[in-house]
Amino acid sequence: MKYEAVIGLEIHVELQTRSKIFCGCSTAFGAEPNTNCCPGCLGLPGTLPVLNRRAVEYAVRAALALNCRVQGKSVFARKNYFYPDLPKAYQISQNEQPLAWGGYLEVDFPTGSRRVNLQRVHLEEEAGKLIHAGDSIMSAAYSLVDYNRAGVPLLEIVTAPELHSGREARLFLEELRTLLLYTGVSDVKMEEGSLRCDANISLRPAGSAGLGIRTEVKNLNSFRAVEQALNYEAERQAAILADGGELFTATCHWDDNRKATVVMRKKEEAADYRYFPDPDLPPLILERSYIEAMREQLPELPRERRQRLRESFNLSDDEAAMLTATRELADFFEAAAESYRDYRNLVNWVQGDLVYRLRESGKRADEISPAMLVELLELLDAGEINRPVAKELLAEMVKSGVSPRKLVQQRGLGKISDQESLLPLVEQVIAENPDAVENYRKGKEKALAFLVGKVMAMTRGRADPQELNRLFREKL
Amino acid sequence: MKLFEMTALELSRLLQKKEVSAVEVTQSFIERAGEVEPLVQAYITRTPETALAEAEAVDEKRKRGEALHPLAGVPLAVKDNICSCGVRTTCASRFLEQYIPPEDATVVQKARAAGMPLLGKTNLDEFAMGSSTESSAFFPTRNPWNLSRVPGGSSGGSAAAVSSGSAPLALGSDTGGSVRQPAAFCGVVGLRPTYGRVSRAGLIALASSLDQAGPFALTAADAALFLQLIAGQDRADFTTSDEAVPSYLAALPKGVQGLRVGLLVENVPDHFDAEIITAIQEAAKNLADNGAVVEEVSLPHTGASLEAYHLICAAEASSNLGRFDGVIFGRSAAGENINEMYSRSRGEGLGPEVKRRLLLGTYILCESRYEAYYMQAMRVRTLIRRDYESAFKRFDLLLGAVTPTTAFKLGEKLDDPLAMYHADICILHGPLAGVPAISVPYGFDSGGLPIGVQLTAAPFREEILFRAAHFLEQSRGPEPLRPQLSPSGS
Repeated sequence: MKYEAVIGLEIHVELQTRSKIFCGCSTAFGAEPNTNCCPGCLGLPGTLPVLNRRAVEYAVRAALALNCRVQGKSVFARKNYFYPDLPKAYQISQNEQPLAWGGYLEVDFPTGSRRVNLQRVHLEEEAGKLIHAGDSIMSAAYSLVDYNRAGVPLLEIVTAPELHSGREARLFLEELRTLLLYTGVSDVKMEEGSLRCDANISLRPAGSAGLGIRTEVKNLNSFRAVEQALNYEAERQAAILADGGELFTATCHWDDNRKATVVMRKKEEAADYRYFPDPDLPPLILERSYIEAMREQLPELPRERRQRLRESFNLSDDEAAMLTATRELADFFEAAAESYRDYRNLVNWVQGDLVYRLRESGKRADEISPAMLVELLELLDAGEINRPVAKELLAEMVKSGVSPRKLVQQRGLGKISDQESLLPLVEQVIAENPDAVENYRKGKEKALAFLVGKVMAMTRGRADPQELNRLFREKL
Repeated sequence: MKLFEMTALELSRLLQKKEVSAVEVTQSFIERAGEVEPLVQAYITRTPETALAEAEAVDEKRKRGEALHPLAGVPLAVKDNICSCGVRTTCASRFLEQYIPPEDATVVQKARAAGMPLLGKTNLDEFAMGSSTESSAFFPTRNPWNLSRVPGGSSGGSAAAVSSGSAPLALGSDTGGSVRQPAAFCGVVGLRPTYGRVSRAGLIALASSLDQAGPFALTAADAALFLQLIAGQDRADFTTSDEAVPSYLAALPKGVQGLRVGLLVENVPDHFDAEIITAIQEAAKNLADNGAVVEEVSLPHTGASLEAYHLICAAEASSNLGRFDGVIFGRSAAGENINEMYSRSRGEGLGPEVKRRLLLGTYILCESRYEAYYMQAMRVRTLIRRDYESAFKRFDLLLGAVTPTTAFKLGEKLDDPLAMYHADICILHGPLAGVPAISVPYGFDSGGLPIGVQLTAAPFREEILFRAAHFLEQSRGPEPLRPQLSPSGS
């Protein structure tokens, strides 16, 4: 029998507010363990949560970008369980009345574009981070805990079970990542854990409705892992069914080294978190006017922008996707295109050298001035510098932020085409390379290129090669 | 008259006139504590050095002519479930025996900023769960009027401190009567403010939707003066109200002329002490004779308040006390694995009454019980709130009992938790509705134990409570009631 995988994702996104959701501590990633903590996020006796309005704003913005129905009234609830990463022994979350219901994300799949529906979006607090000296908290000799992360605002996004392969799950997540980057609410880095994903997957006979026995897959730490783990799990389940075996509801762990899912535990019954409304926090009331103001402040979202750039600049799908990968890069491109008319050339430079240099320097596109790239391209177009120098200058410009014209002046990087400068070098090269001179005189054109190359090397690429050709021919 | 026998208002006047120094005042209470504490045991931790240093600082400021709060130099005792920076705060629990908070509770911070020297931290039922201060993990406190009797609870230490003269003012907390009941038993004034009137930040939570810190004092005027200081919105507590804080002292002399008083019919059932019922009737007559309009009123759903209160309180407590797990602070016992560490830390650190309530709360919050217990209790709560709302359409003030009996004997109800819970029947529904209520001493029973009457007002109308309480005090005689403490007791 042919099976179809049915996949739903539960996604957690850390919101990049400066301070935590219920106290004033910094949310900065990578600080010394247990330094971004206070009595509040450590849950010391007597402390109370003080809601960070910015976290609400970010959550609303994300929910609106995801086309959700943001609720005028939502309720914070306590999710009670004992675990050392949870200082209060409960997590402040939302249960029966989340921040937003519904919503969808439009994704371009290989089979065509499709809406993936969402079930809900809610706001909660992060737990701390545990490191076990061993496999698990029960078997470890000891466990270390870092509460820097405890209380970072977290958005939980739950999709409907409407994805059908690892590839689709990955494409959905990538589209979600781009969207959230545009809204500016999160840096969405899977490797730093600011985007995390658990997946539920089950199989059903292709073409049928209904849902099969599902497994929950955890420890998906990269987009690639999501794709591989879900494909693996779909095959594992299909193999069991093909053998006439029986599936059971379970939680699995993706082992990225072995490239396999490992069943952690059979789910006998769901954990009882004893949810109840948090009496320390009154219901969150959002006025219609506030929600509408948030909606109006939303930036142009990636899908619309991709479409618009593709049409206005006559770009390929790949080019449009590349240029709109982040809002900053798209802003950069559009700002540069305002004053530089050769779009093709601009597109090539932006998606080639610029993106490469940004990645190399770890900078974002909004840290670079579009006017400087235009200046650089104009210097190149005017013949004041040549292409290798332009590439070098771009790297330098990204690194230092100094304008290309200034760099040219500072370093004397302008093209050398005047006879007084070049002639002595030409004469020197002729004197030092009698063999090549001989060969050229015998009619070997290649020897000329060798001689020109010598001068180019001496001037570190700045000499005008056409002028050199002319001078060598004249001399020889 | 000795300084420790004076009211806070009298002390404040003497201090402002520079007739006494803050150090003299504080010293007087420290010495008094030295005499009576061996008998009463109101305090878990006494901090005489801190208090004298704070008093000295006040005297210095006064000498320099700095503007000072009227309560500057009037010392304070604080219930030991309210955080005091640098002074251990135990909740009368083994679990927090060595716990020293890094911050003051907002109410303590306000008192300190006003220049009130901190005399120490007073005894309570463990985590404020109880009505007699006998569930303190350390020792019981005794009633200054009769040492064989309980001072009430859970804020028994604070009530006994004010009653015995070892503090002029004290802070307590009232979740289901824990200020009003010990105030009645010890013959002092005890106020439970409107929920949201006083910040809960730094008050170690029992039940977050019910907890309110409130003052113990010798007189309504003292309580008014102190509430004025601690009331108001607090950024650290989202449940505090932005409702303006009126001038409470200014309201005091207004009398009761024209006040519409509802006499609670449910609050005086037959099994109550006859002397308590008589006291309430006398208070009603006294009010009526002086221009108030007194009529009977019923709060029909308060009959279910005991169950609703205990379900909600236990549910919230089971969550609030989860953090006492031995990981970050407090008592931590070693275990073979994490679960063993949790159960040993909690097993050894928490007492039997606490465990009883945590088990109840955990049980009723389970998914399969939630609807039948928690949700049902919340519906009852709504009905009780509506009862109050409709009563306050007709009345400015409700009058009733605080307790069915005067202070009972130590050990009397210790083995019968339900009897202990039932004794709180008059003081549980007010907190469910969030309304303010005050316990005012009004006479004695034939055994010489104080009787309190309870006045309840609409939310944020504490000034009406102070007016009526002040009137009842004045009609009783101007001097506050003081026990004759003697080691022989009984």
